[in-house]
Amino acid sequence: MNMTATKIEVETATPAATIAPVVALTPKRPPRAEAYARMARETAVRVIPPLVVIALLTLVWELVCRRAGSALPPPSKVFADTKELIFDPFFDRGGIDKGLFWHLSASLQRVAFGYSLSAIAGIALGVLVGQSVWAMRGLDPLFQVLRTIPPLAWLPLSLAAFRDGQPSAIFVIFITSIWPIIINTAVGIRNIPQDYRNVAAVVQLNPLEFFAKIMIPAAAPYIFTGLRIGIGLSWLAIVAAEMLIGGVGIGFFIWDAWNSSHISEIILALFYVGIIGFVLDRLIAGLGKFVTHGTAQN
Amino acid sequence: MTAYLKLDHIDKVFTRGAATTEVLKDINLTIEKGEYVSIIGHSGCGKSTLLNIIAGLTGATTGGVLLENREVNSPGPDRAVVFQNHSLLPWLTVYENVKLGVDKVFAKTKSRAERDAWVMHNLNLVQMAHARDKRPSEISGGMKQRVGIARALAMEPKVLLLDEPFGALDALTRAHLQDSVMALHQKLGNTILMITHDVDEAVLLSDRIVMMTNGPSARIGEVLEVPLARPRKRLDLAANATYLKCRQRVLEFLYERHRFVEAA
Repeated sequence: MNMTATKIEVETATPAATIAPVVALTPKRPPRAEAYARMARETAVRVIPPLVVIALLTLVWELVCRRAGSALPPPSKVFADTKELIFDPFFDRGGIDKGLFWHLSASLQRVAFGYSLSAIAGIALGVLVGQSVWAMRGLDPLFQVLRTIPPLAWLPLSLAAFRDGQPSAIFVIFITSIWPIIINTAVGIRNIPQDYRNVAAVVQLNPLEFFAKIMIPAAAPYIFTGLRIGIGLSWLAIVAAEMLIGGVGIGFFIWDAWNSSHISEIILALFYVGIIGFVLDRLIAGLGKFVTHGTAQN
Repeated sequence: MTAYLKLDHIDKVFTRGAATTEVLKDINLTIEKGEYVSIIGHSGCGKSTLLNIIAGLTGATTGGVLLENREVNSPGPDRAVVFQNHSLLPWLTVYENVKLGVDKVFAKTKSRAERDAWVMHNLNLVQMAHARDKRPSEISGGMKQRVGIARALAMEPKVLLLDEPFGALDALTRAHLQDSVMALHQKLGNTILMITHDVDEAVLLSDRIVMMTNGPSARIGEVLEVPLARPRKRLDLAANATYLKCRQRVLEFLYERHRFVEAA
């Protein structure tokens, strides 16, 4: 038995030795042009289908709305009516008569402010509720009730409290987006495996180190889920809130366009709102992906 | 016999509501410096609970753990644990996982460069230096456990606690890693306490085997000395009379006198 085993070893060893240099001498690397072609193909596969769908939908819209007496304008009329707004988003004639850029940037500033506050407060409260059983018992029922209140229902109360539109709008953003952040963070903290806690205990990390080195990285995927839902809700709430508080902002721009019967402007504004909402969502998702790249469970 | 690690009359009772379960009863054990002791028993006999008590992760109900005549009741790097499922932090690289403990333990006694060298030294001991920048998800189960061992060793523990360290590995990887642990024990002379449910593993690696009776109220049933000279070679021992006799003794204990009774 021993004999045959040695023999097999010898037989396999010889061909391996002759093959090895051949492999080493011809390093296979795809030419650069080929790599570019593949990249172009991959991009085309992802970009062409949505473009086709958009073109078809636009065509249907055009056909449906072109006949006389139609309540809504067809895309060609929308474009003709709003050409000035599209090509000159930066004009500023004082008051609320400004380009779309200024309206959008005013809305984004409110969202940035309110959302930052809610991210900080939400993660902090989420950690508290996730870490302490008593905090959870005390606060969780409260959160569960408060989070079902529609964003706009807070607006009259916050106007009464702040006596000004700007902080009220920011408060509405804050109160709308904070709940998913709190709840997801708390779930993330509660789901930190006992193993990681044991490791931290053996290494004797102090609470601050535990927070930074174990808790936040371990809960990061959950936290970013909450942040992503939160940014979506903030963008939903800002348009509604601005319709009511007035002033510069994309919400009031839409409301103003409706009052002046500029339906084409409403459609253009909706288009921008959608694109920006999408970009915000991608931004947070991308940030989450970047931050949590190593956290995925094995 | 000088007691390096002493388990003194340890009882453990779990209370859940009105129901109380006595898991461990009157555990007494002394371990000498440099000794390799295994604790073997059927699943559910409380051997992992015992290890957690020694590690300080769980408190004993009565009794205590003495390390060099000083009571220890909270976790610390002097009793580093190699966990069954490696427990590496997935967002850190191999190097960073080991460094986490090193930075804490040697914060004052070693300079930055010395700590770095010490991390690499320990990764070299387990032959994992080549994977220093890999994340746990990129290496195999056996490699993860090697890094787990390096992390524990790097804390220079007085006692190294191994909680079924090879349980989750395939047979070949397990044998390879057992040999590595034996070589490390030979080289560094650590005091090691290992939880296991593998009879061969216990006989091969240990100086003494502590056999636990079935729970609830598990006790130490018997302690067996393994009088085999070191270094031990797996292949030579396969037909060794002493090895076979020790193996026989443990098997008899586990399968005749304290047969595992399936919980209803």
